[in-house]
This record gives sequence, structure tokens and C-alpha cells, in this order.
Amino acid sequence: METNLCVAGFGGQGVMTLGKFLASATCDSTDKNVTFFPSYGAEQRGGTANCFVVISDDMIGAPLGDVMDDLIVMNGPSLHKFLDTLKPGGTLFINSSIVSDDIAREDIKVVKAPVTEMALEMGNAKVLNVIMLGVYIGYTEVVSPEVVWGTIEHKLGKKPKLLPLNKEAFEKGLDIGRSQRG
Amino acid sequence: MARVFMKGCEAIAEAAVRAGCRFFAGYPITPQNEIPEYFARRLPEVGGTFVQGESEVASINMVYGAASAGTRSMTSSSSPGVALKSEGISYCASARIPMVYANISRGGPGVGSIQPAQMDYFQATKASGNGGFRMRVFAPSTVQEAVDMTYQAFDYADQDRNPVLILADGVIGTMMEPVVLPDMKSDEEIAAIKESKKSWACIGHPLDYANRAWIQPGQWSTIVQQKCNEEARDLYASWEPEVEEYQVEDAEIVIAAYGISARISKSVVDMLRKEGVLVGLIRPKTVYPFPYAAFDHINYEKCKAVLDVEMSIPAQFVEDVAAAVKERCPIETCLCSGGNIMSREAVIDAVKKINEK
Repeated sequence: METNLCVAGFGGQGVMTLGKFLASATCDSTDKNVTFFPSYGAEQRGGTANCFVVISDDMIGAPLGDVMDDLIVMNGPSLHKFLDTLKPGGTLFINSSIVSDDIAREDIKVVKAPVTEMALEMGNAKVLNVIMLGVYIGYTEVVSPEVVWGTIEHKLGKKPKLLPLNKEAFEKGLDIGRSQRG
Repeated sequence: MARVFMKGCEAIAEAAVRAGCRFFAGYPITPQNEIPEYFARRLPEVGGTFVQGESEVASINMVYGAASAGTRSMTSSSSPGVALKSEGISYCASARIPMVYANISRGGPGVGSIQPAQMDYFQATKASGNGGFRMRVFAPSTVQEAVDMTYQAFDYADQDRNPVLILADGVIGTMMEPVVLPDMKSDEEIAAIKESKKSWACIGHPLDYANRAWIQPGQWSTIVQQKCNEEARDLYASWEPEVEEYQVEDAEIVIAAYGISARISKSVVDMLRKEGVLVGLIRPKTVYPFPYAAFDHINYEKCKAVLDVEMSIPAQFVEDVAAAVKERCPIETCLCSGGNIMSREAVIDAVKKINEK
């Protein structure tokens, strides 16, 4: 069993951090193989950024697959760039606050979450990635929510005052993800 | 042993520190910046020294100096940066100075592209500087292998009194993966390693003339120079290649690949074997010395072709593959370049195309 995930959005949306949290949590809590691969280049705040996470019971060949099982899209340009890489039956997680485009495919599942708006309502625009990670974990349960939260807690260890906000963000995301499961 | 989740570049740096590396000098270039960044933070914690040189040339010469004084030393760069270091690397080889360097290679030639590539094969294996010297060149295909090879590289460098190259690419350097780290060498072990170099290294006491060695990157006498070169030749000839042979015995198609391309190819072998396609893989772990003999294990009566998979256009690795195959079967290629990463689908298609013939 191998899961290929692509996370894509604007630079500054925490796309890399989202992928790293997920991959680190997998490493910490399971015997599975896992890779995190950032696309790098002229990425910058406002530019596009994306990363790939592969989680597998077997040895991982390519740390970025040609075909994605799951796709997390945080902005419009990323939808257009990566939609075709999603396999039939795959799941698209979408930041519905800023991606309003119609999804031109009917052979995929779509999970919508207005994470930009939710983050702004919570008073910190930066937590949108943690909300989205919650949505992804709540929907897929690829790794247990407790383990993912443990990793986030550990990574944010130097900034403890951010923990309550991130905890709330993660849990709001989990609720959305769980509620959209079939 | 506990797994830690690390980026390739950082894991290489940590492995070096654990192997006793206490001096690093480097100059920034993508995609290897996390190596100097990590050393900058880590070396002061263990009493080591990190220097960001004013250039690649300065950095390699600082390593030349530190290693001449018996300290396990390292530098790193990426393709065009390694080209700039080639003079110093050649001097280290000529003066028989043990040091380790990593090339986290990117697209070329020239400044090329900053994304991953395998376009420094000739530079790494044939001519890393002037004068025809050779080095052991390790080509990791996982972050774990990058760790293990870096850790070992310092032992090989000391044993041979010669530079050792870790030839990785931008994927191995920038990806994160779980690794098990090797043991940290103790201060006593590191001191003993330094002590063992006393016969040649510049670590003598001011009054201890016998140990006031000097380092010589060339010889005044042609006779002595030839003798040095002969000794180096004999050293190079004594090295054993390392190779992984995967499902080669009954293979009708054998993929030849190294580094990240080999890792992708190995997963292709597993996928296609499930479909009944008899495909195997020969993966040199050292690209110098090259494991030519591994290609004698191919059953050429059954083998339709050897498929060279590499992230270089024009292909380079294929020349060593051809020297190993010796026209016993056709050689096909599956290539990409310019910073594009080898696609698993492309390798599958290339194998199937041969299989249908």
C-alpha cells in the first residue's frame, strides 16, 4: 500500500510545513517508509510552492510519483497545475475560501474546507495549513490524529503560546474532514 | 535504533560529525545549502570549526589545510561549485590528503538549473581536476545510504590518504526520509585518529623536528613524481567496487542506474515483476571504481537489452555500462535532464518497449 500526496499552494501558506508535519508524524509513529520532497526553485512568498509526501509499507522508489492518490490545493493556480495528476478515485482537498473554480473532473472525490476564512476568523491567517492538515487527517486517518498533534506540539515546542491556537485549528480541521467521510 | 526524520543534506552533515569531522568550509549554492547550514550550527557544539569561505576556491583550500593538519575535514558544493573546487581537490589528491566532499548535483553544463540532475558523472569519475587522479566515488540512492556512505568515507579517506567523493543529487539532498544514525565517535577516538596521522600530517611540536612534516602537492624531481604517480596508480587499482544486483539472474531486461535513478528503477522492477516482466537492476554504489564485473552476471542468452536510466542528456554513465556489457547485448537509454526528475512511468514505458520487441 502506497499513498502519494501532493500539497500545493502559494509560498507563505505553510505548504511545506503541512507536508513535513505529516511525514514526520508518520516517521515517529509507524514502521512505514515515508519521504518528503519539496519542489524547490524560484519559490517565494506569493509564488507557487509544492511538496510531495509518499507513505508506503514497501520501499519507496520515487519520492514524487507521476500519479497522486491525494491532492491538497491551497490556491487556484495549483488546482490547474496538479488536477490532472490525481488518479481516478483520488481525493482532492481544496481551500474553498480562494479556490472557487469548478472542478472539471467527476471521477474524483472533493473535500472542501474554507481554511483561509477560518484562519482569519481565528485571528491568525497563518494557521490555515494546520486546519488543512486536520481536514486531511480527519478524512483519511492515514496517521492517527493524536500522533500528528504530538508532532505539531513537538515542532512548535519553542513557541508554546502558539499551541492553543494550533490545537483549535487542527481540531476544527479534523471535524470538517470527519464530517465529509462517506 | 530510533529513526529520525532528516533531510538528505542535514543527514550527510550529521553523519560526518559522528564520523569525527571537525572542520567544514563551504560556500553557498543550491541545492546543498543545508549542509553548510547544518555544520554552522552543529560543529561549535562539538568543538569543531565551521567557516563560510569567501569562495569555493578558498573553502576547498581551507579544507586542504585543515586536513593537512590531521583533522577530519569536509566540504560540499553543487555542480558548478564543485568545478571551481577542482584545483584544490587535485592538490589534495597529489599531496595525498584525506578529505571528504559531497556534490549535491544539479543541472548543467555551466550554471545549468538548480533542480536535481546527474550530469556530473564524467566530472566525478573521470576528471575531478587535472592530473588523472582517482577517488572513491559513492552514489547513495537513499538518505540512509547517504548517511552510511558519508560515515564510511572518512575511514576510506584516512586509509587511502586520498579524497573521497559523495556524489548525490538534488533529490537525495533535499528530500526527507527516516534514517538511523551511526554512533558518535568519542573525543578519545577522534584524538587517536589524529595521532595515527602523525607520520605525515603537520601536527608536530615546534621542537619535534621529526614530526614537522610539510605537505607537498608536487615533486621537484621527475623521477620522484613518477614514483608518486605509480604508487597512486597501485592504490587506485587496489579498490573494490560496491554494487547492488537486484533480480539479475533470470532477467530479460536489465536496468543499469545509480543514485536516485536507481531507486526509482528498483521500484519499477518490483512493479513490473508483478506483471511477469523479467526485469532486473544493476546499481553501482561506487561509480568509481565501477563494478564492471557485475555485468558478467547477466544471462546474455536471454537478455534483450540493458536499459541505461540516468538524469543526464547526453548520457554519461552509459559509457561505463557499454564498457561493461562489451557488446553482448544492445543498450537502450531512458534519459531526462535539465533539472527534470526521472519519472517512474517513463522507465516503465522504456522497459515495456524493449519487452515488446
